[in-house]
Amino acid sequence: MQYNNLRFQIIGLLLITGVLLAIPSCRSDRSRQGGREVSLGDFLTEEDIFDDIDRAKKIFYSLPSPLETAMLLKSTGIDYDEMLLNDLSSVERYATSKSKALNLGIYTTDLSFASLFDQAQTSLNYMDATRRLATEMGIDDAIDDETLRRLEENLDNRDVVMDIISETFLNSSSYLKENDQQQVAAIVLVGGWVEGLYIGSQMAGENPPEESRLVDRLAEQKLSFSIVERMLEDNRLDAGGQENRDIAELIDELQVLKAAYDNIEVQTSAVTVEEDEVTPEVASLKSQTIIHVTPEAFRELQSAVRSLRTNFVQ
Amino acid sequence: MRKYLPIIISLASLILLSQSVEAQCKGFAKKLCKLELAPYIHDGNYHAAILTEGEEAELYKTFYTDQRYRIAICGAEALPAVEFQIVDAYRNVLFDNREHDMASTWDFSLESSQQLKVVVNVPVSGTQAEFPNSGCVAIMFGFQEE
Repeated sequence: MQYNNLRFQIIGLLLITGVLLAIPSCRSDRSRQGGREVSLGDFLTEEDIFDDIDRAKKIFYSLPSPLETAMLLKSTGIDYDEMLLNDLSSVERYATSKSKALNLGIYTTDLSFASLFDQAQTSLNYMDATRRLATEMGIDDAIDDETLRRLEENLDNRDVVMDIISETFLNSSSYLKENDQQQVAAIVLVGGWVEGLYIGSQMAGENPPEESRLVDRLAEQKLSFSIVERMLEDNRLDAGGQENRDIAELIDELQVLKAAYDNIEVQTSAVTVEEDEVTPEVASLKSQTIIHVTPEAFRELQSAVRSLRTNFVQ
Repeated sequence: MRKYLPIIISLASLILLSQSVEAQCKGFAKKLCKLELAPYIHDGNYHAAILTEGEEAELYKTFYTDQRYRIAICGAEALPAVEFQIVDAYRNVLFDNREHDMASTWDFSLESSQQLKVVVNVPVSGTQAEFPNSGCVAIMFGFQEE
């Protein structure tokens, strides 16, 4: 009995000592944020402040949506080529959650692309394919009969068609995000964005001219690629702290694109705001972007995009 | 089993309540915030979350040339007017709605494509409420061909 009391006293003493030792060590860990020692007397730099706040903030990453992607491509002056769109009959074979999500994004970009070029029947067909995939993914209210009817009635009105596509994409992305399927929503966005890269890079051909808006547009996507990387990394773990296999796999698959973009240089200057002379209500952001892409680097980008997209639509 | 019933009911209520708040957020973004974008076309992306007074959110997006953009930031009625800033990669503040009568939208076009950051802040209201207010905040983008 006496032995037991002594044992409890020793254990108690060890616990108290442990707690006392742990308090200063916790403080020491906190003061080492950002990889360097800071004491209370130091001033914090802006970087330190951002480092601290970022962990507590809600962070959003926004990629060009399928509709914006199609619009960005069209603004470079490219033509319409239906052969580049994903085959409609493939919709049958997407069985996994990842392939359905990727191809929901891909078909939505194809739908947007066809609509912007006033391809009425093709737009209807691709809307039907996106509806089938969305329904299989449990997003029943993304595209209902009323949406299809509205689309059919307004196929000659591009603004209404764009509004319908925007609405259906908003329906599916909001459904996924609000039903704890952030990862699936991220995969849909990546699928749609890669489809835009694929259409654009194929349109550019093997030997695009040196001064090409389309090549510049594809090179500029390096800026969005950094957002893709961050968005996927942020979604790597699910709510339970488990690694999401689909996201981890996608990050690996995108390494080929990362390697291609590493050989393309995009530098941006600081921005100044000026009033637009023609439309003063629209601010004009003045800056410079230097894009350096060699023919070899562009061919590597084309090849990376082609292999990635082939993998996605298989 | 009976003794666990109150816990199960409380948990179920909490889940239903959070889902209903999220659904309200979705409806808020679609039915109210989206209207602020007209005549611009909404890009279709959904960025909305429940924020509490004093909370901040950040959004990263690349904006491209050849397009005009409108950004709309909307906060639920329960919240004070939401503040937002647009910041470039060099941390220059390009727009601060506090200097523009707390405007909820900003229209802009770009000479060259840029990655920008949108910083959203829900200020703490002056009221002496026991708990800070929470509500939906949506960030939406519209575009037009130049």
